[in-house]
Amino acid sequence: MTTKTPSPQINMNQSEWPLWEVFIRSKQGLDHKHVGSLHAADATMAVQNARDVYTRRLEGVSIWVVESTHIHASNPDDSEAFFDPAADKVYRHPTFYDVPDSIKHM
Amino acid sequence: METLEKVLTPEEQFQARIDADIRIEPKDWMPDAYRKTLIRQISQHAHSELVGMLPEGNWITRAPSLKRKSILLAKVQDEAGHGLYLYSAAETLGTTRDQMLADLHSGKAKYSSIFNYPTLSWADMGCVGWLVDGAAILNQVPLCRTSYGPYARAMVRVCKEESFHQRQGFEIMQTLCEGATAQKEMAQEALNRWWWPTLMMFGPKDSESPNTAQSMNWRIKRFTNDELRQKFVDMMVPQAEFLGLTVPDPAVKWNEARQAYDFGEVNWEEFWAVVKGNGMCNHERLQARVQAHEAGAWVREAANAHAAKRAAREAVAA
Repeated sequence: MTTKTPSPQINMNQSEWPLWEVFIRSKQGLDHKHVGSLHAADATMAVQNARDVYTRRLEGVSIWVVESTHIHASNPDDSEAFFDPAADKVYRHPTFYDVPDSIKHM
Repeated sequence: METLEKVLTPEEQFQARIDADIRIEPKDWMPDAYRKTLIRQISQHAHSELVGMLPEGNWITRAPSLKRKSILLAKVQDEAGHGLYLYSAAETLGTTRDQMLADLHSGKAKYSSIFNYPTLSWADMGCVGWLVDGAAILNQVPLCRTSYGPYARAMVRVCKEESFHQRQGFEIMQTLCEGATAQKEMAQEALNRWWWPTLMMFGPKDSESPNTAQSMNWRIKRFTNDELRQKFVDMMVPQAEFLGLTVPDPAVKWNEARQAYDFGEVNWEEFWAVVKGNGMCNHERLQARVQAHEAGAWVREAANAHAAKRAAREAVAA
């Protein structure tokens, strides 16, 4: 099989490696938590760098990395309106309801 | 409430959040001067971690035992890590890693002057850990509550790790002080050289630190330079006494009324000379940094080329 390999797109001017966000599961049973970011040329290197930068003292059992450009976020300027629908629904919390003292196990 | 907010300028709203101890996050509105101050402070801090590896790197191959060598390697690796946490935090403010490194290498950006002093004996490794990291901890602990979220979070991680640095330094000093006469003399000689430069780490006197008031107002800084310097002296004089060492300042004396130690005046002429680039090792440190960066260029390029090649191959396979 003689398929032509495409000439790789190497950008030598791009000196900075892409930025990655790092998420670490500190132990089994807990969720991955954002710990910071780092630069790496590719995903494999990002995971290895994350190990060296963020888990030098056994802080994790699992690492996720995501290229920062792939993160989509809500806009802090719109926070008020965006989260407004939940602001007036206190009845979603158990403390909204009066339960007589004599009622147990509730 | 709504009408009240409408009359507040963005600056006033920002200050109100700061005053209420609400952390500022990367995408939040912030005054340009706040952003600039933080970029300067965080990148300087990161540069200090990076350059801080050099005086200790000097002793890795000459550590007196395998245990000490392993500890020193781990400590220097931590410092690289601290630099990386901090560079990432600064990048959230819109600057780039390349820009920060370029500013360090051109001499435009500063780093802590303490690293412009040479590490001449093994006892210097003790003093760097015990005194220099001790001073760094005093500076850094309040920064865990600094108003900018990513900086505060980076500092929490740094502080957790810094405590080992200080303790290993104290242990080096203690071992020397409990050793032969020559070892104890080596410890005293190192303390004599490091004491004053360490006091300078807290920066100029409050009366000559024009940015302090604004930084305190923005809660970037939580204590003034002089407050931290006094705390440091109060902490360190009893520790030196425990070691049987003498702090090289005849003015050091317990002040019962103040419940603090009085101490002598820092040589500010020397302080400014080192800040301006005329310390013993300014040239050497910067040269070592630039050399490392330039010698590493091919690695960065090769990794980029490798990643691009792999991505291209995967694109074909898909």
